[in-house]
Amino acid sequence: MQVPGPVEYQRATSVSHALALLDRYGPGARVVAGGHSLIPMMKLRLAQPEMLVDINDLSELATIRVEDGELRMGALVRHADLLASALVGELVPMLHDAERVIADPVVRNRGTIGGSVCQADPSEDLSGAFGALRATAVVAGPAGDRTVPMREFFTGPYETVLGAGELLVQLRVPIVPGGGSAYVKVNRRAGDWAVAAAAAALRVHRGVVTEVGIGLTAVGAPQFVAPEAEDHLCGRPATEESFAAAGRLAAEHCRPSADQRGPVDYKRHLAGELTVRALRRAAARI
Amino acid sequence: MEITVQVNGRAHIRDVEPRLLLVHLLRDELGLTGTHWGCDTSNCGACTVWMDAVPVKSCTVLAVMADGRQVRTVEGLAGPGGLDPLQEAFATCHGLQCGFCTPGMLMTARWLLDRDPDPSEQDIREALSGQICRCTGYENVVRAVRHAAEAGRG
Repeated sequence: MQVPGPVEYQRATSVSHALALLDRYGPGARVVAGGHSLIPMMKLRLAQPEMLVDINDLSELATIRVEDGELRMGALVRHADLLASALVGELVPMLHDAERVIADPVVRNRGTIGGSVCQADPSEDLSGAFGALRATAVVAGPAGDRTVPMREFFTGPYETVLGAGELLVQLRVPIVPGGGSAYVKVNRRAGDWAVAAAAAALRVHRGVVTEVGIGLTAVGAPQFVAPEAEDHLCGRPATEESFAAAGRLAAEHCRPSADQRGPVDYKRHLAGELTVRALRRAAARI
Repeated sequence: MEITVQVNGRAHIRDVEPRLLLVHLLRDELGLTGTHWGCDTSNCGACTVWMDAVPVKSCTVLAVMADGRQVRTVEGLAGPGGLDPLQEAFATCHGLQCGFCTPGMLMTARWLLDRDPDPSEQDIREALSGQICRCTGYENVVRAVRHAAEAGRG
């Protein structure tokens, strides 16, 4: 039987209330939203917060809208809501690709997009997706809001730039007119974590790649992205040959670890092959 | 702390530790043992109940998070007119088998049919992909959900 350690609990009624609670209880406090990362960690006693600040009532953090050329998604948006949003599917189909393969429908009813990226699990799907999309995180804190590029958000496995008194409130994805995006994942069975996955966001003008973002999940890529492959592809023709070269670079520069999901060479192979497939699918959607 | 949870339409007031999981509140404090406690890791789905009208895995929800919310368990499926058509269909199609996964299967399948009264086999398989049957008897489960959908349309 897995039971969390003793903990106290408060329900926040607004973002400012949540921040006040985090400030009052200090580093022993943790934010809980869907709880599908934190509660399992608490059961295993890998996380032992003294105070849980529940933000589930903050409906202002559960909205999806377009503003200033960006798709803006509140941190409390559930995976199921992201998947159900026609706006998201139309503007950033990669996010629907990713959501379809995150856990299962019942877990997606509860888990949140903000919680997923804050957990910073090396195998988490949205981290690679948001990295490829050059998303920005909006972080609320005692001194006001700050924005952090997702490519600077992670400081290591299970670690982010968020300070003890801070709260992730929104994720912003720039809308790229004439762009295409896709996410491709290999897992061992339905609902499982990725063995490896790749995300690609592309913009092509007259057959030439003018913008590209490539994300990698579960293969040890720093900040979940593949900058060497992006640099190579940008300015080259959007062809199978270019995509194959980008795939080789993505495979070469990632740093997978062997674990129960597979050995290093297999994961490296997947990183390359899935990069090619994601690029191909993204290009087909333009 | 004191919480009030509406379960199957009835308010329950309890003083609980914040670390108590919803599945244990339901089973141990309220005696509603229809909700099964399985893998404890939000994988198997046996503990699935509805909270505010959507299925959730109650081994990964704290009881205090259900304070002020509406919970529906498998005990709340049958109506005054008898069993839910899904429950009848599980019996007819031999979808129960050992019965351990059944409460979670039923709660998620009911949610599916409420939103989509005529799901395809693929829709059913996707909806139930977070419900694991260790008898591996998915065929009969899927058949039962289809049977209930057809009965509901008739």
